[in-house]
Amino acid sequence: MAHLDIRGLVARYNNATVLDGIDLSIERGEIVSLIGPSGSGKSTLLRVISGLLPPRAGTVALAGETINYADRRSLRRSRDKLAIVFQQYNLFGNMNVLRNVMVAPVTIQKRDKKTVEAEACALLAKVGLADKLNAYPDELSGGQQQRVAIARALCLKPDILLLDEVTSALDPERVGEVLDTVKMLAADNMTLLIVSHEMGFVREVSHRVAFMADGKIQEMGPPAQIFGTPQQPRTQAFVSRILGH
Amino acid sequence: MLSFLIAEIPRLFTIYNVILLLKAALTTLSLSAVGCVVGLFCGFLLSLARLSQRPIFWPLKALALLYVEILRRVPFLITLMIFFFGAQVLGFNASALVIAFISTSVISTAFVAEIVRAGLRAVKPSQMEAAAVMNFSAWHTFWHVRLPQAWPLILPPVFSYFVLFIKDTALASQAGVLELTQAGKILNTKGFSASLVYATVLILYFIISYPLARFGSYLERRLGASRHSRPRRAV
Ligand SMILES: Nc1ncnc2c1ncn2[C@@H]1O[C@H](COP(=O)(O)OP(=O)(O)OP(=O)(O)O)[C@@H](O)[C@H]1O
Ligand SMILES: [Mg+2]
Repeated sequence: MAHLDIRGLVARYNNATVLDGIDLSIERGEIVSLIGPSGSGKSTLLRVISGLLPPRAGTVALAGETINYADRRSLRRSRDKLAIVFQQYNLFGNMNVLRNVMVAPVTIQKRDKKTVEAEACALLAKVGLADKLNAYPDELSGGQQQRVAIARALCLKPDILLLDEVTSALDPERVGEVLDTVKMLAADNMTLLIVSHEMGFVREVSHRVAFMADGKIQEMGPPAQIFGTPQQPRTQAFVSRILGH
Repeated sequence: MLSFLIAEIPRLFTIYNVILLLKAALTTLSLSAVGCVVGLFCGFLLSLARLSQRPIFWPLKALALLYVEILRRVPFLITLMIFFFGAQVLGFNASALVIAFISTSVISTAFVAEIVRAGLRAVKPSQMEAAAVMNFSAWHTFWHVRLPQAWPLILPPVFSYFVLFIKDTALASQAGVLELTQAGKILNTKGFSASLVYATVLILYFIISYPLARFGSYLERRLGASRHSRPRRAV
């Protein structure tokens, strides 16, 4: 049984169809990357999965349970299992770094505060922010905020992690570190859906890569296929343009 | 002329008149205080009603909109008169003072509600989305994310409104309530010179509103400096 099973997903903003029948099935512990031109609906797909934008048609099933986005309890159960790192990070502006990471595990998941604090500090140290625990988001660089957002998502102990442009604000050295973290998560049997423009990263970390354009998944396969021998002309054009420079 | 005024001072400040002025000042102070406290509390609830998304709150939302939009547009005096004569027509046996308390509170509620709503709306939706995805309840989102970010945007305008509001309580004199302005009128009618009487009234108003204005600017500075509630500008 697929861990995350998406069938015929359609989503619109007002009257613009942004997702036009997405089918995507991800196994437990699998890392799938979404690539595609800007505006192709990658972020929108993550928003729909996490219940921020109700789908107009189609289904999303998490660990065999179809999410009913109109039902709070069902949505709540699914959100217990997933975490998302937003493209714009969306750290809470009124909380310092440590509190950003701790607030949900302590207040919402009702886990022991001391334990959570130890975990949060360890996570923040792992992403290189041990000296920024008391800083506020607006005192951090984009890359630092992104790493806090990663730590915040991981501290929730999700089964599925959705990462939107997780390497966009990172310097090459940090990309390597995030890469290591992501690989480690996958080894822990966490399922990952990653949106990235960093083709080196995608190629190295993903089990499968999905190329999205015009609200559809145009082609999907192992990195070797997508980057080496793409079948669709649109994939070829996109990949050669991205890898070209 | 000035020496004439100075000579009048001991005549004006007899025990009887001083008590009258102090009583009146106390009434102005309590009208203002009650108006501010009730306004803040009810204005807050009203703004929540206006921002609620759930369909079951829609009737409440419409009422809140009507309330805020009407009361902010009608002159204070008219509102007061409607309450005053409305109570008579409906047979409520309330004193002018009680009516004044009610109508001033009703008015400040409308103004505060609008300020609070603007402050809450200025918090970026993406902040609430981040909370929602982490399974924050509506209450948790409000308490931990939205309100702390809205406070610094809400408090300064609320306090400048309150400072204006204190002076608006003077209109209660039109309903015969013995507050500062009314006391001024009474003493003037008794033959004391208008300049002396109203200068005294002015000083008393100042004494009442100045601490509030100072407190407001203190809060503004504190909130501006405090990282905990520093407002984030929408991009
Ligand atoms: N809140 C919104 N309201 C209306 N339209 C939106 C909204 N958010 C996104 N869109 C539109 O939906 C389409 C897909 O946007 P989306 O953010 O999913 O693209 P993306 O693939 O993530 O792009 P990028 O690589 O630039 O992040 C775009 O055409 C965008 O203009
Ligand atoms: Mg995007």
